[in-house]
Amino acid sequence: MSVWRQLTRGFHALTNRADTDQNVADEVDDYLENARLAHLARGLSPEEALRAARIEIGGVTNAREQVRQYGWENAVEMMLADARYAGRRFRSNPGFTAVTVITLAIGIGASTAIFSAVDPILFKSLPYPHADRVVTISDLDADGAPMEVTYGTYRELAQRSHSFDALAVLNIWQPTLVGDGDPARLNGQSVGGDYFRALGISPMFGRDFTPSDDRVNGPRVVVPSHSLWQHRFSGDRDIIGRSVRLNDEDYAVIGVMPAAFENVMAPSVQIWAPLQYNTVFGPDSREWGHHLRMVGRLRAGVGLTQARNELNGIARASRSDFPRVPWASLHNGLLVHSLQDDVTSGVKPVLLAVLGAVVLVLLIACANVTNLLLASGARRRGEFAMRAALGARRARLTQQLLTESLLLAVAGGALGMIVAELGVRVLVALSPAGLPRVGAIRLDAAVFAFGLVVTTLIGLSVGVIPALRASRAELTLGLQQASQRTTGSNRVTREALVVAEVALAVVLLVGAGLLLRSITDLLAVNVGFDPSQMLTMQIQESGRQLQFQGARLDSARYEFFTEALAAVDQVPGVTAAALTSQLPLSGDFAGYGVHFDNDPDANAGGSALGYSVTPSYFATMHIPLLRGRLLGAQDRSGAPRSALINESYAKRQFPHADPVGQQFDFGPRDGQRYTIVGVVGDVKQSSLEDGETDAIYVTPMQWHWVDNPMSLVVRTHGNAAALAPAVRSAIHSVDRNQPIFRVTTMDALVDKSVADRHFALILFESFGLVALVLAAIGIYGVLSSSVTEKVREIGIRGALGATPGSILALVLGQGMKLTALGIVIGLAAAAAATRAIVSMLFGVSRLDAITYLAVVVTLGAVAVIACGVPAWRAARLDPTTALRVQ
Amino acid sequence: MQEPNTDVIQGTLDMLILKTLSLQPLHGYGIARRIEQISRGTFKVNPGSLLTALQRLERSGALDAEWHQTENSRRAKFYSLTRLGHKQLGVETEDWTRRASAVARLLKAEG
Repeated sequence: MSVWRQLTRGFHALTNRADTDQNVADEVDDYLENARLAHLARGLSPEEALRAARIEIGGVTNAREQVRQYGWENAVEMMLADARYAGRRFRSNPGFTAVTVITLAIGIGASTAIFSAVDPILFKSLPYPHADRVVTISDLDADGAPMEVTYGTYRELAQRSHSFDALAVLNIWQPTLVGDGDPARLNGQSVGGDYFRALGISPMFGRDFTPSDDRVNGPRVVVPSHSLWQHRFSGDRDIIGRSVRLNDEDYAVIGVMPAAFENVMAPSVQIWAPLQYNTVFGPDSREWGHHLRMVGRLRAGVGLTQARNELNGIARASRSDFPRVPWASLHNGLLVHSLQDDVTSGVKPVLLAVLGAVVLVLLIACANVTNLLLASGARRRGEFAMRAALGARRARLTQQLLTESLLLAVAGGALGMIVAELGVRVLVALSPAGLPRVGAIRLDAAVFAFGLVVTTLIGLSVGVIPALRASRAELTLGLQQASQRTTGSNRVTREALVVAEVALAVVLLVGAGLLLRSITDLLAVNVGFDPSQMLTMQIQESGRQLQFQGARLDSARYEFFTEALAAVDQVPGVTAAALTSQLPLSGDFAGYGVHFDNDPDANAGGSALGYSVTPSYFATMHIPLLRGRLLGAQDRSGAPRSALINESYAKRQFPHADPVGQQFDFGPRDGQRYTIVGVVGDVKQSSLEDGETDAIYVTPMQWHWVDNPMSLVVRTHGNAAALAPAVRSAIHSVDRNQPIFRVTTMDALVDKSVADRHFALILFESFGLVALVLAAIGIYGVLSSSVTEKVREIGIRGALGATPGSILALVLGQGMKLTALGIVIGLAAAAAATRAIVSMLFGVSRLDAITYLAVVVTLGAVAVIACGVPAWRAARLDPTTALRVQ
Repeated sequence: MQEPNTDVIQGTLDMLILKTLSLQPLHGYGIARRIEQISRGTFKVNPGSLLTALQRLERSGALDAEWHQTENSRRAKFYSLTRLGHKQLGVETEDWTRRASAVARLLKAEG
């Protein structure tokens, strides 16, 4: 086999170089000798014969070299030699090597990490077959804001629309699982029978829900997620048909979802059950409540626009066989989005901004590497001119340079891989709670390779060029110039790169500064209560399944909450405690229809957040009473219904009248109206950016339903978090079997509400810092090589009487000129680029002068330091030594 | 008058070597001489190219090589054709004949 022969002989030659060389030499010598003998035989004298033979063979050394060069092993050998040489060079230049490798690693690592994180969210399609056909449908309120749909709307669309293969509504369902181990509150969804078909995923084994499962009083069946099945049901395939105890009822397990199934609309969901709503219902029933999400799978060939048009056509054309209620009249049309847009649109601005930021970092890294290599290439012109003069061919020099570049790239890439791996972990750890598809974030090899190749090509090929220039014709010129000057164009390029680096750094720093100010402003927002030293947790009464409707005050359940609250009050360190149906900044959001007497017509009226709270809520939260009275013990079931409303709502609803004493309907109209007894301060419910929200507070005993779970809020002396175990055991002293969850402090909730921005801020800050350091290295590098090149000039100036101060000023001025130009360009670019982060800003203009000024000062200060070192060196040069430098 | 071109036609050196060695094993110098003799001086072989070509053919398995001690105790490398070499010679000869006759026909063609 000839390939085999090639390999073995090649290896033999590699490992026995001396032998191989001897053989070649012997063969050439033998040839020479034969030729000499032949010439001798033709009658030449011995000297002439030898001369003729040498001429014939064309030089013994040349012939040997020519023969020696054959074979792949020579290329390998040369590469090894080059690598050894490069290694020596890098070791003797540790500063250059470290900065280049680290710059490459940061550029490649950071961009790979960020791209890996945003890729599954922004660019990859969702992990469903034909994911582009999965859409969500929302109702629209009078302001054009999307809201959840009612079951009534779903029923009408399901029957009238022809665009869908499958259409399903879903609701949050949080059952308590009892059985082996502690009672656990599960995250679940109650879903229409077609839910999994809409997503296009079937259970791994067992069966999917069928329409016959999803009917009122249908069978109690559930499908657990793969991880719940593994962890709670020990991954046993016999689970099918077995029953599990949820909310004190037996549910039969009918299937298990596959491990790869991502429930993107609610990633933490562990279990699904059929929705089982009524198909016959009156206007006051839950079926007309806006609390469902709707998801559908388009028929093949039906586009998004087509579906949008069809659904809006149905929305406009009400039909008598599908009566609607005023609050679900579909007057404002329906919103149809791809599921992809639905889950990603919230985080898109943040991710795009971060992606933009990392691209800037990559650009700066490229500029820096290019700069370093240009400098190094320029320094080596002499070396290469010398080698070319000694007969090195250009291809040979190129090969050596490429070997060096490759070594740098490999080192940078290897380190970059580590940076990327760490980066991805940090990103996942930092990621705000709302980030979809976090589980799908992993290091993307393709992206990594791309980053490596791009950076290598851009940065390193540039390093080859100046050195190659030296190997061209201008040999003597190169030798003369060796240590004196680099060509002008080279320096212009390097200065331009430094200006670009500074400009890019300005953009990043301005972004970071604006975000920092936004977060500071946001955290300074008055949330309407005092979040410090507050502990909160959710408690649930899991005695029986929550009856959404008809369960008026259930005294047994209420008793548990009352006793638990009383027990918590007794815990040492607790100064006040209360229960509320929804907790500010926790993600809770429940609104109900309101109708005041002064609303224009019977069907008009907005909606307001409804809080069912124990009377001590306001004292516990430190929400101020502004008018009238607070809720009290007298507001119990059977007594006239009392309510509090918040200040801005009162002002808007009753600009000229006293709100206290006004009456209104809230929630289902059951003939019993609420009377406003007081006005309290505004509270931010869903986020710190909330404008004025409308809130109504009533006591649990006068509310339509017993909300379950309830949030416990506890004001404490000292460290709130430390009190959690004591509070928990106080509740368990009332009833051991009630689950407690979402234990956190109010401060933590406030922090969490700025998590998106915080995420972006941390990234912008780190990228800004990297940019700053790289720009400083760039400035330093250019100036310091310029000083080295100008040693003679500086010496002459010194000899002619220039003071060290004036030389310092000269060099400093040169560097600061570049910095200033970079800053000016950067400010202009920032003014344009910050458009991209406008949606993340709060309380600060994207052209905020203070931020821009701070960035200029910071960069200026760093630049002075970066310029100062070489300038100081120049100023301290002794003219006599400087002039002696060749 | 111009010196006649004695360069070996590009791509034919391997074939010439194989042909020469198909008659008897030879060392490098012998091959060069034989090619010159048989071609009546039309081709002069560059020794460097020849030795490199021998190296290549040996590597590819067309030739075997053996070291002999000469009478004045130098080492000489003798090459001989392998079975693979014979086969390669056949292929190259056929190929060459086909192309050479085509060129000849073209040159003979009138007009």
